[in-house]
Amino acid sequence: MLLIPLLFGITLLTFTLTKALPGDPVLSMVGERAQPEVIEKIRRELGTDKNILIQYLGYVKLLLEGEFGRSYYTNRKVFDDLVLKFPNTLRLAFGAMIIAIPVGLFFGFASAIKKDTLIDRLIFTVSMTGLSIPVFWSGLLIMLFLSLQLKLFPPSGTGDIRFLILPSITLSLPALATISRVTRTTVIEIIDMPFITAVKAKGMSGMRIHLIHVLKNALIPIITLIGLDFGSYLNGAVLTETIFGWDGIGRFTMEGIIKRDYPVIMGCVIIGTVIVVIINLVVDVLYHFIDPRIRIHEDSR
Amino acid sequence: MKTAGKISIAILIVISLLSLFAPFITKYDPDIIYLDSLKESPGLKHPLGTDAKGRDMLARILYGGRISMCVAIIAAVLSMVIGLIVGICSGYFGGKIDTAVTAFIDLILSFPALLLAIGISIIFSPGIYTVMIAIAAIGWAPFARIIRGNVLTLREANFIEAARSIGCSNPRILFVHLMPQCIPLLLVITGMKMGGYILTEAALSFLGLGVQPPTATWGSMINASRAYISSAPWMVFYPGIMIALTAFCFNMLGDTLRDKYGLKIRG
Repeated sequence: MLLIPLLFGITLLTFTLTKALPGDPVLSMVGERAQPEVIEKIRRELGTDKNILIQYLGYVKLLLEGEFGRSYYTNRKVFDDLVLKFPNTLRLAFGAMIIAIPVGLFFGFASAIKKDTLIDRLIFTVSMTGLSIPVFWSGLLIMLFLSLQLKLFPPSGTGDIRFLILPSITLSLPALATISRVTRTTVIEIIDMPFITAVKAKGMSGMRIHLIHVLKNALIPIITLIGLDFGSYLNGAVLTETIFGWDGIGRFTMEGIIKRDYPVIMGCVIIGTVIVVIINLVVDVLYHFIDPRIRIHEDSR
Repeated sequence: MKTAGKISIAILIVISLLSLFAPFITKYDPDIIYLDSLKESPGLKHPLGTDAKGRDMLARILYGGRISMCVAIIAAVLSMVIGLIVGICSGYFGGKIDTAVTAFIDLILSFPALLLAIGISIIFSPGIYTVMIAIAAIGWAPFARIIRGNVLTLREANFIEAARSIGCSNPRILFVHLMPQCIPLLLVITGMKMGGYILTEAALSFLGLGVQPPTATWGSMINASRAYISSAPWMVFYPGIMIALTAFCFNMLGDTLRDKYGLKIRG
């Protein structure tokens, strides 16, 4: 439901950006070297002389056609580059999740079961640290120790799994911390529920209770969190990819920023937001689908 | 956990005081370049070493702390004020205003924060005020959402009913009766969010969209020295420790405050 206003907001933001910049917006969209007829055509489509609303609609129309403009520097279509780099970012996000989800779940479970013990406090401190360390710094330190000093992994570049491991670890740290904290809260809530007491009374072993009943019920909020947290993966990816020279959308954004390559920045911001919005949407739908109680709860509110 | 909160406050106060009284602690100017002492490792003359331009790291870290703290605090105040006003009005008046405001809050919260901040930093040119605005542009939304929820329940309370029945005007009810009730909540949210503001400021500075060089900030110091990570690791290490420590203490403080007031706040 939020998709439309959100896209409206983001296009308005980037449209303002185009307007606020010095220079001809049409030229910045098609590139300086475009043929005069093309420029004339787009100018007519955009209606640069018409009122601001029509200009905005024209801008949105171009975006819908995948026309994000050309990079000032490489003169390549921004959209093509985004399509090319997106799978890499996806791989990185996936790599980070593969680390963050099991470790986060384990930490969360352990601290919930050992609530208020030394283990709980230790895990709490670790996850707080994970939330507080800037990824661009932890990334550099990880690179320094594991790659430059111990020479276990290549320091930077895009390629096979060896290149993927370090950025994945870096990106997984804050996510791991969030997952572990939410798991802890959820599991503590579930353990106190009557049905767990019932299962215990029936004589089920502790391990089975945790694995079957607690985990199953805890997964829903955790999956939601992972989905909704995707925006922060993207935030982290800008910084992580830059440090490790990983050729994804994040580094593309950073390069755009450094060179003040506005079409690139705008394209990245738009695509980034669209991805986050779509994932939020999917999670929302899944959430209602998996757990009907939520739908009922929301209706009665 | 209470001790953790107290220790965190103590560390934050120490960091603030050190930054504030930087001129008394180090004799070096953070921006003056000494070409005869490039990349000196930590020692007696320069306790934290020097950077690639021979500037004293300790001085830069202390003066940089002023910027980071200042940006985070002002961004927090801005977020707080906007969030409070929007949240109180939305919750109190309800109806169509409330629906629209809630939708707008959801909208802001769905944006990937850093990308939005990048967008804002580029529309206005990068600088200290832009960073504050960029952080506050996202930061007010959680305040508004939580305050709104709080006001929604307060609205029905007897003392508001009483105020209304003796003929208090709406602005009076909003700012004299409702606002003081929201102050503890505001402080808790601020405590929880400050760490995030520190990290966002650092990230923007790292990306070169924060306060511009030669002014030192912790984020931009890391950016400037990451090329020398293997030959001069201290140049990357110390500013990062400061960011992490400050954010950690704020997060701890926020967590302690939340526990103390028994609030369930997410987002």
